[in-house]
Amino acid sequence: MNDIRNTSVAPERTGSTNTIVHASARPSLEVPVLDCDSVSIFYDDFRAVHDVNFACLRNEITALIGPSGCGKSTVLRSFNRMNDLIEGARVEGAITYRGEDIYGPEVDAIEVRRRIGMVFQKPNPFPKSIYDNIAYGPRVNGMKVDSMDDLVEEALTRAALWDEVKDKLKQSALGLSGGQQQRLCIARTIAVQPEVILMDEPCSALDPIATLRIEDLMQELRNDYTIVIVTHNMQQAARVADKTAFFTAEANDTTGDRTGVLVEFGDTATIFESPHDKRTEDYISGRFG
Amino acid sequence: MARRTMQETVHTTIRHKARSGESSPKSIGFLVILWLAILFALVFLTVLIVTTFIDGWNRLDSRLFTEYPASDPEDAGARPAILGSLWVIGTTALMTIPLGVAAAIHMEEFANRHHWFSRIVEVNVQNLAAIPAVIYGMLTLGAMGLMGVSNKNQVWVGALALSMLILPVVIIATRESLRAVPSEIRQGSLAVGATPLQTVVRNTLPAAVPGIATGSILALSRALGEAAPLLLLGGLVFLSFDPNGLTSGYTTMPIQIFNWTSRPQAGFHELAAAASVLLLVMLLAMNALAILIRNRYQKRW
Repeated sequence: MNDIRNTSVAPERTGSTNTIVHASARPSLEVPVLDCDSVSIFYDDFRAVHDVNFACLRNEITALIGPSGCGKSTVLRSFNRMNDLIEGARVEGAITYRGEDIYGPEVDAIEVRRRIGMVFQKPNPFPKSIYDNIAYGPRVNGMKVDSMDDLVEEALTRAALWDEVKDKLKQSALGLSGGQQQRLCIARTIAVQPEVILMDEPCSALDPIATLRIEDLMQELRNDYTIVIVTHNMQQAARVADKTAFFTAEANDTTGDRTGVLVEFGDTATIFESPHDKRTEDYISGRFG
Repeated sequence: MARRTMQETVHTTIRHKARSGESSPKSIGFLVILWLAILFALVFLTVLIVTTFIDGWNRLDSRLFTEYPASDPEDAGARPAILGSLWVIGTTALMTIPLGVAAAIHMEEFANRHHWFSRIVEVNVQNLAAIPAVIYGMLTLGAMGLMGVSNKNQVWVGALALSMLILPVVIIATRESLRAVPSEIRQGSLAVGATPLQTVVRNTLPAAVPGIATGSILALSRALGEAAPLLLLGGLVFLSFDPNGLTSGYTTMPIQIFNWTSRPQAGFHELAAAASVLLLVMLLAMNALAILIRNRYQKRW
């Protein structure tokens, strides 16, 4: 059922009904949803990230924090193979989704992205109606749905946007406010029924109130999805995340290239209150970065 | 006391700046030159349009649309030329737009930009856009000779020459409008599991349509006013029938105008002026449509 090598769309996931299958309804598995094993990421010869090891568990929020240029976004984008779009990008080591190598030879990047959705830094609704924004994913994936209207309503409801837009579904999504647009992008991601949602600084373009709404939403979504979030905002990581990975950039002695490394990974409380590594402590307490 | 001195200093500084600022003689002199340059262009254009209009006023009637060319200017009209222009431009549009848009999509969305082949194509598309129209006429003439097509006065042959003429322009305009679609839109589409082709067909291309339409209409309006390549291809003919198909003989408005102006009778000159006004109106209408589409559907991201 979760075989990502199955390149055809998986109608059995939607079944005959259009209700979104809850991740929590699936049998529990010991295997982490996402697992990085000695992952290094290169852009041509440049080593952007070196030897990263951590795992994201089901129904948990994992935050990736660290100063600019530490490779946290690069790691996030390698989880759904969005890095494939950058010329010369290459991953060494293994990133596994439920035990399967995402970069395996038989794996289709399209299928990976369907299972592992992504919300971007800047809200990027399609220049279409609100309704079509949500229906886009199910349509391109050929998902069999009994009623697209119901699916759109459910996705928007889950993204806490339904009440605000239910009377203007046919209007352009570009007319929404920034915060609404970002929740629309979350709804759009939910609509294809992924298991993992990656969020790349989803609140950096939003005001504090819109940010809080997204954070509340993430807490609700955690019940059904596994979330990985990159954030510059340490308070945000402390507020929402179960686990936190702290990255930093280290300069290469000979070339001077800055390579991202994972300094510390653990429970958010541990990272923020009693970090084991001096660098983490310095960053958390605002001494650098 | 100290405060007052400071204020005085500020005042003098502002006054000093004024000498080389916007109202200085140098700046004003330059501004006047710019205005004169615009004025020159506008006056020239106005005189041209007004004189053409005055010359052709008497012949701007229904005869222009209904009559066929004749030896007596009183009985002559541009009916076959108008229809011929529509046939040739319509065929050109059908040949160029799908090809140009497809080429642009490949170059912009799929081709590896750093590959040597893509670079050669890219440079050549830019270069081809700057080549004089008559060269395309000669190219088509040569190609028809090689293909053994002896009757070159056919709608599709003319359209082929004009297609080659405006294909680079359509490709460039399409690429520009595709490039104007933010990459975030493509990424958003790919992130929900769309294939690159679905992303182009369902998202990028529809968002680029206003720009493509504008560019294509402007390119077609250039083709509409073009006479040189069609003259080479035997477009200068005396037609007493309506062009009625792709293989039909044709003449176009610029050629008809060219023909009439070379006649000695003053009546034909009037006709030429009237046909020029009509051509001008058609071109302005096409450009207005292009501007309308651009303003109406322009997306702000």
